[in-house]
Amino acid sequence: MRDVAIIGVGCTEFGELWDRSFRDIFVEAGVAAIEDSNLQGGKIDALYVGNMSGGRFIEQEHIGSLIADYSGLAGFHVPSTRVEAACASGGLALRQGIIAVASGYHDIVIAGGAEKMTDVDVETTTDALAAAADREWEGVMGATFPGLYAMIARLHMHKYGTTSEQLASVAVKNHHHGTMNPKAQFQNEISIDAVLNSVMVADPLHVFDCSPISDGAAAVVLAPAEIAKKFTDTPIYIKASAQASGTLSLHDRPDITTIDATVAAANRAYKMAKVTPKDIDFAEVHDCFTIAEICAIEDMGFVKKGEGGKATMDGMTAIGGKIPINTSGGLKACGHPVGATGVKQAVEMVLQLRGEAGKRQIDGAEIGLTHNVGGSGGTAVIHIFGR
Amino acid sequence: MTVARFWRRLKNMYNLIGTHCEKCGGFYYPPRNLCPKCRRSSRSVPFKFKGTGEVVTYTIVHSSTKDFEKQTPYILAIIKLDEGPSLTSQVICDHSDIHIGMKVRSAFRKLGEESEKGMLYYGTKFVPMESRNK
Repeated sequence: MRDVAIIGVGCTEFGELWDRSFRDIFVEAGVAAIEDSNLQGGKIDALYVGNMSGGRFIEQEHIGSLIADYSGLAGFHVPSTRVEAACASGGLALRQGIIAVASGYHDIVIAGGAEKMTDVDVETTTDALAAAADREWEGVMGATFPGLYAMIARLHMHKYGTTSEQLASVAVKNHHHGTMNPKAQFQNEISIDAVLNSVMVADPLHVFDCSPISDGAAAVVLAPAEIAKKFTDTPIYIKASAQASGTLSLHDRPDITTIDATVAAANRAYKMAKVTPKDIDFAEVHDCFTIAEICAIEDMGFVKKGEGGKATMDGMTAIGGKIPINTSGGLKACGHPVGATGVKQAVEMVLQLRGEAGKRQIDGAEIGLTHNVGGSGGTAVIHIFGR
Repeated sequence: MTVARFWRRLKNMYNLIGTHCEKCGGFYYPPRNLCPKCRRSSRSVPFKFKGTGEVVTYTIVHSSTKDFEKQTPYILAIIKLDEGPSLTSQVICDHSDIHIGMKVRSAFRKLGEESEKGMLYYGTKFVPMESRNK
């Protein structure tokens, strides 16, 4: 197995991009990544693209071909593969790209992710996202995604005394980080009261506890570590790529408040990178809902189980805190175009580790981690990055 | 959901029929052909659950998919059946009464309808144990 590096990154702005189509946004992200890597297009060996639901959101399947074609790579017959794992599609596409390069099968690989969610009405989007849960035994009973995470939140509050204010503090912190990210969907500060007074979606989660519906695309260029310096002075190395499955249905988990796929993926990633949670300087975690960030920082060992809410309220996970979480603004403020999210997390790692993160730059970051989850925890994928 | 997809699960949904693995003694609802503990050596047989259990966690859904719009707000819950497995369903009770640990029993209820003139879907919801409402 070869070591793998990221030699270029690109990302669109995230938001309601009414004037741009699915193919417009992935081309924008891909071109940006290729330009960032100083690569000639003809050198690309393969494409992997994360996309959850082209079929439901834009009535388009066969996304791999579409992307190769509109990237101008169909003429070179570059193989292009769509990867799907609900909201973890992007993280998995990155992992497939890494495996392809590490194995020696390909040298230069683009791993991207894209989702166009605002071309359909909100009910259709809600239903398409509900397909990430068990349609036959959760969805049919009226389970929505906010509903499932609300049940995690309710039990977390019951077991650990987590409060609505602590949940809200995740959103407040991520919005603050978003103010420093020019590509974020929301670049405004919000207050705890604003979260608590926002419309209830699924008790105890308010609309400001939820990540938004977004359009966006992101891409990275991968190369074998041994040739990465030919392209860039600042390659960022993949220290670990780990993936784990959990039960599709939330009700089948041994503990509703623990995403055991996250625990398993984290343990594998730490072992692979030869690090412990203490060595991680910063992370992008899957905060599709505020409770999800609290579970994530607990399940990956940054804080003890049950203490995630308090740690967030105390500022431990803000920029300037002990372990900054979601410096991009996270899914909550940067936005959550589901197939793009896992790749956008990697883009944020690269910008931070290169020292190119602008106003949100954190000091002295050496090792970062991304955590991307599909559904209520049926899939978890974790990557560790270093300079 | 298409008629066939719904129809083939009716006996399970109406009667709370899951599976029991005769090899390890595990109980599963929803039904599983393969017991996750014994996998290929599992001996799964249909098993009708009593329908009594306890609320593990719950939420009140205010914003739903189209199919459930008319029912909002409704209580969605994970219920642990007395025999062991947990499932996702709705609890029909006063919203101020729902709590973690509430004892509940199954009840045959309408789940939804395809459209105003479309077919009605029925299935198993839950009511508080002390409720006389059958």
